[in-house]
Amino acid sequence: MNKTMKFHISKRASLPWYKAWGIRAAAILAALLTCAVVTMLLTGENPLNIFTTLFYGAFGTARRSWVTIQELAILLGISLAVTPAFKMRFWNIGAEGQVLIGGLATTACMICLADKLPNAGVILCMILASIAAGAVWGFLPAFFKARWNTNETLFTLMMNYIATQLAAYYIIVWEVPKGAGKIGIINQSSEIGWLPRLGNQYLLSILIVALLTGVMYIYLNYSKHGYEIAVVGESQRTASYAGIKVERVIIRTMVLSGAVCGLMGLLLVGGINHTLTTTVVDGRGFTAVMVSWLAKFNPIAMIFTSLLLVFLSRGASEISSAFGLNHSFSDILTGIILFFIIGSEFFITYKISVRRSAGKEA
Amino acid sequence: MTALETAKNAIRMEHITKRFGNVVANHDINLELHKGEILSLLGENGSGKTTLMNMLSGIYYADEGQIYVNDQPVTISSPKDAFDLGIGMIHQHFKLVDVLTAAENIVLGLKDEGKLDLKKAEQTITEICQRYGFEIDLNRKIYEMSVSQKQTVEIVKVLYRGAEILILDEPTAVLTPQETDKLFAVMRNMKADGKSLIIITHKLHEVLEVSDRVAVLRKGEYIGDVHTCDASQQSLTDMMVGRAVTLNIDRPQPVNVAPRLEVKGLTVYDELGVKRLSDVTFTANAGEILGIAGIAGSGQRELLEAISGLYPIASGSVRFHDPEGKNGPEGRELVGLDPMAIRKCGVSMAFVPEDRLGMGLVGSMGMTGNMMLRSWRSGRGVFLNRKEPEALANRIWKELEVVTPSTAFPVRRMSGGNVQKVLVGREIAQDPAVLMTAYAVRGLDINTSYTIYNLLTEEKMKGVAVVYVGEDLDVLLELCDRILVLCGGQVSGIVDGRTADKREVGTLMTRVGGGSADE
Repeated sequence: MNKTMKFHISKRASLPWYKAWGIRAAAILAALLTCAVVTMLLTGENPLNIFTTLFYGAFGTARRSWVTIQELAILLGISLAVTPAFKMRFWNIGAEGQVLIGGLATTACMICLADKLPNAGVILCMILASIAAGAVWGFLPAFFKARWNTNETLFTLMMNYIATQLAAYYIIVWEVPKGAGKIGIINQSSEIGWLPRLGNQYLLSILIVALLTGVMYIYLNYSKHGYEIAVVGESQRTASYAGIKVERVIIRTMVLSGAVCGLMGLLLVGGINHTLTTTVVDGRGFTAVMVSWLAKFNPIAMIFTSLLLVFLSRGASEISSAFGLNHSFSDILTGIILFFIIGSEFFITYKISVRRSAGKEA
Repeated sequence: MTALETAKNAIRMEHITKRFGNVVANHDINLELHKGEILSLLGENGSGKTTLMNMLSGIYYADEGQIYVNDQPVTISSPKDAFDLGIGMIHQHFKLVDVLTAAENIVLGLKDEGKLDLKKAEQTITEICQRYGFEIDLNRKIYEMSVSQKQTVEIVKVLYRGAEILILDEPTAVLTPQETDKLFAVMRNMKADGKSLIIITHKLHEVLEVSDRVAVLRKGEYIGDVHTCDASQQSLTDMMVGRAVTLNIDRPQPVNVAPRLEVKGLTVYDELGVKRLSDVTFTANAGEILGIAGIAGSGQRELLEAISGLYPIASGSVRFHDPEGKNGPEGRELVGLDPMAIRKCGVSMAFVPEDRLGMGLVGSMGMTGNMMLRSWRSGRGVFLNRKEPEALANRIWKELEVVTPSTAFPVRRMSGGNVQKVLVGREIAQDPAVLMTAYAVRGLDINTSYTIYNLLTEEKMKGVAVVYVGEDLDVLLELCDRILVLCGGQVSGIVDGRTADKREVGTLMTRVGGGSADE
């Protein structure tokens, strides 16, 4: 009868914001330290060097900084796209496919309409087609969910594979030169369908996403639609009680989510890469889920969470190349860092108290 | 063994303190349960009764203090420890496996040597039943049982495991008066057999009827104990609330009574095709409180949701008669309309659902966000109007004395009483023609309950048709002008609230069909 637990875990009543952020900062510090130790043990490098390299990888030169910010913009854009769905507790993990299908629609317009329409016409078609394609990819799982209560997680996940297969098929159809298995830079000489440059090649997508962030913030917090989304997410019964048409909200929100993803596909293909590969989205559709969650679905906070993730992944990949390690090493480092960041949420929600041994006299 | 036999106290709790975060659920409590007595643990909701008992049954572990069983200091860190000490608790929510029989549930989880001998076990169980007067069909599956039968299984299960000390957590909340009498008889038999019992309750007349001694908790503190023979309803209430409270509900005579809501032949089926309401017909009058009584799950929820457009109606009609006589003498048919359509055709119906946070409110939002549930459409263009809901939230905050740090504080984190004030306040603020409430005072303390009764009576005097679904028959009989009794989805009677007697309503509650009274 004398078994007493040494410590126990209980839910925190509430935590002032500065303490919560203190815990998160401590987690990042601990993560960086662990990374340094791991790298040191494996390479024998000075940890200070490692951190310098990390920072250099993301912000070492002007070009690196621009690329980092552009990467941030794309990741943030996709995160903004999935956020309304998540706020509605609709687990859309199909952003990967929704972006890719938007990119595929963009590519189709660039290739098929190049000699039929003037440049402005092509670009207009690209915009409409990419948004429409993404919206369709969002609509399908939402429709089935609203009508027959299918599982949206599986459905959106499967739609990713369909998008990848379609892209793979059309890449072969459009391959240049024949047999290359890839499209190459589209309209390289005429630059038809290339989105205009503002100052430099990075700024356009950055500005569009900045605008999107503001709009999404207002949409979620100050519009009727945003309110409906929040209520449906909390409880569909409460939503019906308040006279909200749940099915309509689910479909509308997912169409929006998919459409914004499609737009990001447009930026990736028409504005940045000018080509299409099946890996153009590069897992951002899944990373976006984390960005959105870590920021508790707040678009402004998402700027920081996506910056953090982009900074870390670029820095980590610089570490692996600078110290002559293969790419898996940067994955290990990113993994360690994410482990700490996500783990810190546990300590924000719960506290652990050591128990003084009660009942000693027994 | 001598210590065991000579021990005066079955349980002694000394200086028990239990905290959840910053909330002190129990503070420095000293409680004794004498051998062979029935002790009532009395207190309002949130006063820490269940928490205290959960420390005896091994669900929680005290932060400070010491527990003695039979005057021996013990450490109870799991339900198994509690069983080994002969402590058994019957929880409010039953912990039974639906698809197994009563006998299987009773022996479930016991680690006896060798093969399970169900025959022998059944024999032992039958002996227990005979000794204390339980009526139980051992081969019946749990899902075929009524709530009171399930409760019997729970009690027998605990006795079968050799419990000498039984704790019953609000056992009468789900029972009819007749079933309560039966339970009390069984409790007295157990006491005569030398068992020690604790019954948690907040119903005063039950305390006076069954127990030998009463211990009162208030806001996590131990207030004191009295012998039941020295106590009265008034003295116990004063102890429980901490000051004198009047226990009378004012019931003015209805004025200008006119039909407001005419329900005819209402029949509904649930998703599995089970008939939940069968041919329900009644009229709710303006200027009257219509009570709806019945065992839990007799169709109360379905009835209110069907009227408000949230439950599919198979057949029947619901006609609304406007106070100004619009829509002619026929009234407006509501069947087939969803809540928004009902609202749009000018029928102002307020509904306080049973599931407050799952249907009536959004838990993660503050008061303002919840006020908007009724008015979110009113903003200009695509944007929300926050000003009026904010003003309404502030008004309710002040007028109903809601305890919350701000109008943005998530309602989920408020106490039950405050949550209900927010909900009822919002619904009344709509100036409804019909006000329907389901279990409006469930889980509320006495003061808040009376606040709600008064609000409903005020609405009635304003000419609102009030529908009050309740579970406490005493309150129904004191508050309502007429009482409709539901049993198994059918109306088994409509009685006058001023002349009806509790037994009469209790009989009606179990009259039709007899079975199908569980959830």
